[in-house]
Amino acid sequence: MIRYVSRRLLQSALILLGVSFITFFLLYILPADPAQQIAGRSATPETIANIRVQLGLDQPLFVQYWHYLVNLVHGNFGRSYIQRTDVSELLASRLGPTLYLMLCSILIELVIGITAGVIAAVKRGKTSDNAIMLFSFIGVSAPQFILSILMLYVFAVKLKWFPIGGYGTPEHFVLPALTLGILGSGWYGRVMRSSMLDVLRQDYIRTSRAKGASELRVVLVHSLRNAILPIVAMIGLDIGIFMGGVVVVESVFAWPGIGQLAWQAIQRVDIPIIMGVTLVSAIAIVLGNLLADLLSPLVDPRIKLNR
Amino acid sequence: MNSTLRRLLHRKLALGSVLVILLITSAALFAPEIAPYNPNEQFMNGLSPLGSPLAPSSHYLLGTDLLGRDLLSRLIYGARTSLIIGILANGVAVLIGTFLGVLAGFLRGPTGSAIMRFTDLMMAFPALLLAITLASIFSPSLLIVALVIAMVNWVQIARVIYTQTISISEREFIEATRSLGASTPRILFKHLLPHLLPTILVWATLGIATTVLLEATLSFLGIGVRPPTPSWGNIIFENQSYFATAPWLVFLPGVAIVLLALAFNLLGDALRDELDPTQRGRS
Repeated sequence: MIRYVSRRLLQSALILLGVSFITFFLLYILPADPAQQIAGRSATPETIANIRVQLGLDQPLFVQYWHYLVNLVHGNFGRSYIQRTDVSELLASRLGPTLYLMLCSILIELVIGITAGVIAAVKRGKTSDNAIMLFSFIGVSAPQFILSILMLYVFAVKLKWFPIGGYGTPEHFVLPALTLGILGSGWYGRVMRSSMLDVLRQDYIRTSRAKGASELRVVLVHSLRNAILPIVAMIGLDIGIFMGGVVVVESVFAWPGIGQLAWQAIQRVDIPIIMGVTLVSAIAIVLGNLLADLLSPLVDPRIKLNR
Repeated sequence: MNSTLRRLLHRKLALGSVLVILLITSAALFAPEIAPYNPNEQFMNGLSPLGSPLAPSSHYLLGTDLLGRDLLSRLIYGARTSLIIGILANGVAVLIGTFLGVLAGFLRGPTGSAIMRFTDLMMAFPALLLAITLASIFSPSLLIVALVIAMVNWVQIARVIYTQTISISEREFIEATRSLGASTPRILFKHLLPHLLPTILVWATLGIATTVLLEATLSFLGIGVRPPTPSWGNIIFENQSYFATAPWLVFLPGVAIVLLALAFNLLGDALRDELDPTQRGRS
């Protein structure tokens, strides 16, 4: 177990190294010149050249990358070009809101997804099953920004129940978390449904039915506990999916998380921030996948962690 | 009885999806004939006296946008953008994914594992963030948006094709053809690819949905297809400040995006049910 985890951690570190290099390379070949961006339009060529030297942008790619890595090992993500603050500080202040949002939306996904999946499995083939499955398909077919705008229109503009965007009170959480939760629940719902169908076919379920257990007891006590295991492992993967897509929802709802930070940085070509957010997201994705793999023996004891 | 009914409904959904796809495709193909107006023409009477967009009327069936252009015509031409990018980007992604997946699965060894480690690495990339960064780095044309999307979307396909290739090459009939002296290209093209075709077809269909959504998202952020070329995503991007007063400007293109993606998702799912015998009877 310990050997497996340490091997996977080493692999993850290598993957992160690769991600950092590719991102660095992509940003290096950027047509937009950050020095020009910082100096402004009226700057003389000398000023721009000075800024380039100051930032080390005159160095070759590999030298720049090496410096970046050395700093990174010391927990230094570099300094933002535009905001003139340490990227690690910016990341730290923005990570909280994103994590809270993630927690809320995964909770909503689980509640909706598990309930819908169980109902669909129990009512297999009936209208409610078909309706739930159709909705789960709509969930994967609707882009986040469209549901975001719809939620804003109905609940913030028309009904005025919730604020139109921003952060601070519990009311601010409702719309962005619901948007992400509703869209993500389709995925959980489908997995929950097929897992539940598998369990309901098992012999011990037939036994408990034969013993005269009520249908409610069969479903909630005997089946749910086993059927829910694949869902647990999915949460790890979901963390990665969440981190990848958080840019859109945070921009629409003016949510001060790392997604919004990334979007602002991309528009201003603030490379150190883009690098930082990409790395933090990649770390979340890698750890999420690791979590999913570590949980899989829990799901199916036949899986052994010795690959 | 119930399962027959369900299969029927499933087929009905697949049938409906095909109809939606055909409808949108013909709108895209015959856009110049169907569209009531030039999608880029700004009409003098296309805005209210106060300069805001017009509501749907007999003159402009779905109303006008913020520049006084006919929304219906822009939506019809927008179908072109979505489908061109959907097919082009997804086609490239399927090609790259299939090529690398087959290569890795067929060669195995160091080359194979190098390719698969690279896909692992790409899996760890925050995909949307990568797409957004790439799209804003290279000022986008239709082609570049399509390529950016392809660069992000091939990974999943490569992994699926890789696993399939491995399981097929371990079967006896491949062993048999090899011992009969068949050349590698012959094994690849005559025996392996035909078995991969169902998987490729399913992913080619499902992938169009993902691609359409990604294009819409990039265009909504203003870094996808650039106006005045209409795309469903950038119609929403351009008109979002009117979403409280003229919601149809945002929701009609939204419905179009969801319908197209939903149709390809449902069709892909039905195809998977039909083409993959191991999945049959499980749902």
